[in-house]
Amino acid sequence: MTGMNDVTNLGQGRVAAEAGTMAGVEVSNLEQKVSIRDLKFYYGDSLALKSISLPLCAHKVTAFIGPSGCGKSTLLRVLNRMYDLYPNQRAEGEVILDGVNILRPEQDLNLLRARVGMVFQKPTPFPMSIHDNVAFGIKLYQKLPKAELRDRVEAALMQAALWGEVKDKLNASGLSLSGGQQQRLCIARTVALQPEVILLDEPCSALDPISTAKIEETIDELKENYTIAIVTHNLQQAARVSELTAFMYLGELIEFGVTAQIFTSPEKKQTQNYITGRFG
Amino acid sequence: MSDHIVKAYDKELEILGRKIAEMGGIAEKMLSDAMDALVDFDTRLAQMTVDSDPRLDLLQRDIEEQAVLTIARRQPMAVDLREIIATIRISGDLERIGDLAKNIAKRAIKTHSEMNIPRATIGLRSMHESAAMLLKDVLDAYAQRDAERARGVWTHDADLDALEDSVFRDLLTFMMEDPRNISFCTHLLFVSKNIERIGDHATNIAETVVYVVTGETLPMDRPKGRTTLSEAPTTVV
Repeated sequence: MTGMNDVTNLGQGRVAAEAGTMAGVEVSNLEQKVSIRDLKFYYGDSLALKSISLPLCAHKVTAFIGPSGCGKSTLLRVLNRMYDLYPNQRAEGEVILDGVNILRPEQDLNLLRARVGMVFQKPTPFPMSIHDNVAFGIKLYQKLPKAELRDRVEAALMQAALWGEVKDKLNASGLSLSGGQQQRLCIARTVALQPEVILLDEPCSALDPISTAKIEETIDELKENYTIAIVTHNLQQAARVSELTAFMYLGELIEFGVTAQIFTSPEKKQTQNYITGRFG
Repeated sequence: MSDHIVKAYDKELEILGRKIAEMGGIAEKMLSDAMDALVDFDTRLAQMTVDSDPRLDLLQRDIEEQAVLTIARRQPMAVDLREIIATIRISGDLERIGDLAKNIAKRAIKTHSEMNIPRATIGLRSMHESAAMLLKDVLDAYAQRDAERARGVWTHDADLDALEDSVFRDLLTFMMEDPRNISFCTHLLFVSKNIERIGDHATNIAETVVYVVTGETLPMDRPKGRTTLSEAPTTVV
């Protein structure tokens, strides 16, 4: 490997060129927050991601779609090295976050996960008060005076569009909230750390349409400040919330481009078959 | 177009396509009947043409309702979405073609008693042939999802515009020759305008077909076969 900057520039040029041919000029003009390059992922001996290359663009929502088992969630788990928690799982290739390869062994994982937050399919509030749920992560990384901590919690709850509903019961248990509220609480917990990238793994799959709409509204507001990647099985949701869409199948990236184009006239036959319900 | 995992979806799309085909058939027949009625002074045929228009309107409403329902029910994507939007657009164009043909038929009823220059309709007949060909081509292009053929229609509409120009000049000459011709020649002028409009709708359909097949839209300005109408009289007189 040459100097990190050279590699970054090279890579950006390459991805830009690819994206340019795939989705017109728009993608190539965007600022890349994360650049995934030639990423391979193994569960033991089995290859789950086959050489994936694509960017996550700053202040944009990138949606990952594809049938179950295509590698979307795996890809997301690589982006904050969640897989490191499991033996026998390993990634090859590069994931460049602001010019630094986060897959290198000396990467500080706690720091990485503070910069790259994740929200899971099922709401996972801690069995503690609403306030403490949000404050918990902050306390891990920073020692703040109480008043300042309270402000941070409030700001996070605001960003997650939950503040109005919980401001009078911050000491109630996080588990007393509805499913949709719990999920937004988890989003608040994630944004409280002021990450740079937010990964959402099917955040609405267990929620009713109203809660889903609220989360989508939240995503819309969050992208002002963050770079967002969302895995979803709900194609309409992908079409609604994202600017860029990646279609994956059997561990491969089939098509990546501007969402508006992917959902009206995709270039690849496989993409078309999948999004129109003609698969398999 | 078939092969959805949900078979009922295929069926809904198929029904939409079939209804467009039926509308196309009716519109074609209305146009040719209206022109026959005009040329042959056949008021009975003209009246039949007028009477078949409600069926076309009904089909258009049917298609719209069905399309809206399918959008609500299936949330169509990509080519399916384009297909359904296309049926809405094409049914609108075909309905308008029906209206224009009906209008020609009505004028056939009005003019049959006073038309004393049979050759006055010769130019209209070639306009009709040209328009009928465009309509047939574009309906075939839709049925076969043939973007190339649709592009052909799109370019050839210019011929129709040129023909309209020459019909305009002919009719103007008849009117100048004898003021008694003015009344029916005015009707015929409207007929030529109607046929020209039918060509425009065929062109719209052609654009829609290209969109369905390729996902691309054709340029805003298509080839024109003549200068603007306002200039036409000065070049004649």
